[in-house]
Amino acid sequence: MSQSENWVQQLPQNIIIGLEQGSVYSLIALGYTLVYGVLQLINFAHSEVFMAGGFGSYLVVNGIVGHRHMTGVMVPLTVLCGVLSGALTGAAIAWLLEKVAYKTLRRSGAPKLAFLISAIGASLFLSNLAGKLFNRLPNNAFPTYFDINHQLFKIGNAKVTLIEVIIVGSAVVMMIFLDRLVNRTKLGRGIRAVAEDAPTAALMGIDIDKTISRTFVIGGALAGAAGFMFGTAFGVSNLMGFTPGVKAFAAAVLGGIGNIRGAMIGGLILGQAEVLIAALPFVGAQWNDVISFVVLVLILLVRPTGILGERLGRAA
Amino acid sequence: MTESIDLSKGQETPTSPAVSSSSTLLNVDDIEVRYGTIRALKGVSFHVNEGEIVALLGANGAGKTTTQKTVSGMLRPSLGAITYDGKRIDGIPAHELIRLGICHVPEGRHVFPRMTVHENLEMGAFRFKKIDQTDLDNVLEMFPRLKERYKQLGGTLSGGEQQMLAIGRALMGKPRLLLLDEPSMGLAPLVVAQIFEILRDINNSGVTVLLVEQNAAQALGLADRGYVLETGEIVLEGTGSDLLADDRIRAAYLGEEIAAS
Ligand SMILES: Nc1ncnc2c1ncn2[C@@H]1O[C@H](COP(=O)(O)OP(=O)(O)O)[C@@H](O)[C@H]1O
Ligand SMILES: [Mg+2]
Repeated sequence: MSQSENWVQQLPQNIIIGLEQGSVYSLIALGYTLVYGVLQLINFAHSEVFMAGGFGSYLVVNGIVGHRHMTGVMVPLTVLCGVLSGALTGAAIAWLLEKVAYKTLRRSGAPKLAFLISAIGASLFLSNLAGKLFNRLPNNAFPTYFDINHQLFKIGNAKVTLIEVIIVGSAVVMMIFLDRLVNRTKLGRGIRAVAEDAPTAALMGIDIDKTISRTFVIGGALAGAAGFMFGTAFGVSNLMGFTPGVKAFAAAVLGGIGNIRGAMIGGLILGQAEVLIAALPFVGAQWNDVISFVVLVLILLVRPTGILGERLGRAA
Repeated sequence: MTESIDLSKGQETPTSPAVSSSSTLLNVDDIEVRYGTIRALKGVSFHVNEGEIVALLGANGAGKTTTQKTVSGMLRPSLGAITYDGKRIDGIPAHELIRLGICHVPEGRHVFPRMTVHENLEMGAFRFKKIDQTDLDNVLEMFPRLKERYKQLGGTLSGGEQQMLAIGRALMGKPRLLLLDEPSMGLAPLVVAQIFEILRDINNSGVTVLLVEQNAAQALGLADRGYVLETGEIVLEGTGSDLLADDRIRAAYLGEEIAAS
């Protein structure tokens, strides 16, 4: 079969593309999983935090770089500027979101359903606000500050482009950073304690409200940075959060919601599954979105708590 | 062993129990606590003097846990006042109260199940910049079992070991007032005896103890004074030995235990 030979031939290239997509899913998934860990709540407005990171970095990078074309050492500097401004915007929006949409409800002891509705409301609000504010921008694609498709090197016959290296590289750095933060710092221990047993964490002197707020900020920063990367590769729009957001949510559940390493692995698996399955004969790219959820359902049938289980979550 | 454990170190006012037993450390004045419309405490008053062990007794559902949670800041009273070391503390949340040296070992132990013994002990010292190595050494000396299980996850320990860990964790917070909620619950008699002995040591090192128990005989044997709660009200109070001798106590709480011991 020439078609299946094709699949094998394209495998290395597709793995690289899958890695690129998966990295973005992982970064967003971490936000879902962190917040779920401390609140047992799915923050459905998280996809809009990602979107906000896309726009925030667009405005900052565009403001600094304009239409100049970056080469050489200016490329990593531009990327750094984009990642940082995306992360800052994401962190700020997530912080605000928690204050406005969740904290008030938590204070009044509202039922879980109220949080869900509040999240959906916040999500619609942010997405429409961004539409009003930004959809008249010259174009919704990131200006090409640098040649994102510039081929850096080859692995076998697979091309590796600049944007792929940027996305995967920054994702890896951020994930290592987060892992260290959660496992080695005091803030991280506070987050883990609140996730395991919030009332007891308070007895240890941990301010639950502050810890929750900081958890949103961390998750928001990761999603915001992912917004910059995604925007650079595919353009920004007020609706850009929806599909990656839903898939990242699936990735978080896939890895075991509440489990940080699970979210990383879930995102990478989903990224690969999507690209590799879509490349199969008789499938095709239009099935991308279906594939994610078929994979999710299949894995949950075998492992109902996800691949790594709900590790951060309440055990008792 | 007792002499080598100095848990009062690092407190603003190290106190020896003998000198200060007359000064009131905790005063609970006519507090009412509600869960929604349910009045769990209907005007509870009691006090704990510095250096004392005070037992809070009562049947299941009497309001013992509610009382302790209110003292440690997990719950707010709707009426009444709580004074600690001369200051009003009712309404101050738990994470702030621990800074005043109020450490609570909650009912059911609540060790962090996915953290190691070491990490659990570290959590107890969360309010400090760095953990105090001397405190850690003291806790491990007090509970050698914890040393053996040092890298093991809290959730994999036996009930008795979890209780030791919960107490050790509270000690890492340098308590001045230690609240313990049914430390004997579900434990074998030998382990209970061991834990009560350690509570005596902890108290001798200068820590004031408010002990909630259903195990009245054992608690009153240890306590200087005791109070009996019944459906949200204090119905009886007295010294440990007085209460132990009280017919009502003997009838209501000690029937079997006395026969057994
Ligand atoms: N979270 C809660 N919600 C509603 N009622 C509660 C709650 N916790 C305890 N209660 C009620 O308050 C009363 C006192 O309970 P508690 O303080 O746990 O008693 P004890 O520790 O003496 O067994 C009981 O009637 C109990 O049912
Ligand atoms: Mg109780």
